Amino acid sequence: MKIVGLHSALRTAILAVALCAGVPSAGHADDFQAKLAYCKTCHGLSGQGYHGYYPMPRLAGQQPKYIENQLRAFIEHRRKNEIMANVAHALSPSMVSALAHHFRDLNPPPLGGGGSGSAVAMGKRIYEEGLPESNVPACSACHGPDARGQDQIPRLAGQLPDYFHAKLVNWAAERGQNSSMPDSSAIMGPTSHNLTKSQISAVAAYVSSLR
Amino acid sequence: MKWIWPKLAILALLCSPVPSWAGSSIAASVRDCTWCHGTGAQGYTIAPRLAGQRALYIEAQLRGYAAHIRDNPLSKQYMWGAAANLRTDTVRDLADYLASLPPKSAHDGRRVLVERGQTIYLQGIPDANIVACLACHGPAGQGVREIPRLGGMSYFYLKRRLEEWGQGYHSASGSPMPLAASTLGPDEIEALASYLSFVK
Repeated sequence: MKIVGLHSALRTAILAVALCAGVPSAGHADDFQAKLAYCKTCHGLSGQGYHGYYPMPRLAGQQPKYIENQLRAFIEHRRKNEIMANVAHALSPSMVSALAHHFRDLNPPPLGGGGSGSAVAMGKRIYEEGLPESNVPACSACHGPDARGQDQIPRLAGQLPDYFHAKLVNWAAERGQNSSMPDSSAIMGPTSHNLTKSQISAVAAYVSSLR
Repeated sequence: MKWIWPKLAILALLCSPVPSWAGSSIAASVRDCTWCHGTGAQGYTIAPRLAGQRALYIEAQLRGYAAHIRDNPLSKQYMWGAAANLRTDTVRDLADYLASLPPKSAHDGRRVLVERGQTIYLQGIPDANIVACLACHGPAGQGVREIPRLGGMSYFYLKRRLEEWGQGYHSASGSPMPLAASTLGPDEIEALASYLSFVK
């Protein structure tokens, strides 16, 4: 018992030190601006996302809880992405929170580019009504009628269509990669599995056009 | 000065990398490029290699010179004039042709800096807010669409370009490069330029 007590005391102490170290002060305003510029270098100068060699997702308007959870997912290897794991390791909890709340309040127009006309119409129907015959629920049920997400559930509105498509066609290898740490991404497993590639493209076209 | 033009003309005919196009306007335009960028467009002294460069990048830069957007001193001195009177279809043909040429690596950086440069290129330095170059330029520096190929370009060109971003010069509107380069110090620039000059 003594050892257990010591352990938990030690953990509390480490946590306390970590939290104190992360508390922002006026002197850290420059640090925040520098880190924000660092994020925007890849994710778009207004957080609107950017097409580099890889599509880098839109962060503008994203749910802070979702951003925080994903940055933890990179560190915990629930999402495998070496670049983002390095990025996340260099962020204090208070910096993550400050960045996430900054991005939530940005609202640049979407980059779009997912297609138009019939694809968007088909995507809208799947988004709002699902595909009962394929056991696909309506996306709007969780991501909201305006696709802005809620809490841990991400905003999809304005997301880069190629990013969206790449994640959904490969969900089983994209998320939930640490079997000892199951997470809420498992909810999307059956849904993404039951969508065809062209249906995923259609939903991508629709949500990527939303403001 | 009089004697130099006939000599150069003969040289151009001998060195023309597209003999099958001799006489067409695109062949003449390619010869205009190779005066400075070298036979085979592999780059020569201050003029960068164009062989194997992304066609959309070449097109965008030529448009940028004509519109005086790319404004570093050597661009002003040489490329503003060179790009001033190119027709849209000539620009496209030139870009496609130059992109199709197989690029050779310059190998002119400092070998001792290669490992350091590779680490910065692939991983960035998150604690110093230095981004990983590969996110946009690709794992082998191959570039994509309007994002240039960097692998195998010359050390001196890469170094100068990375320095120029920090000096406030522009290349394309909306480019993240001024921001990306703003956190690079002289040591990081040396290392990146060295590494990239050896990439195949």
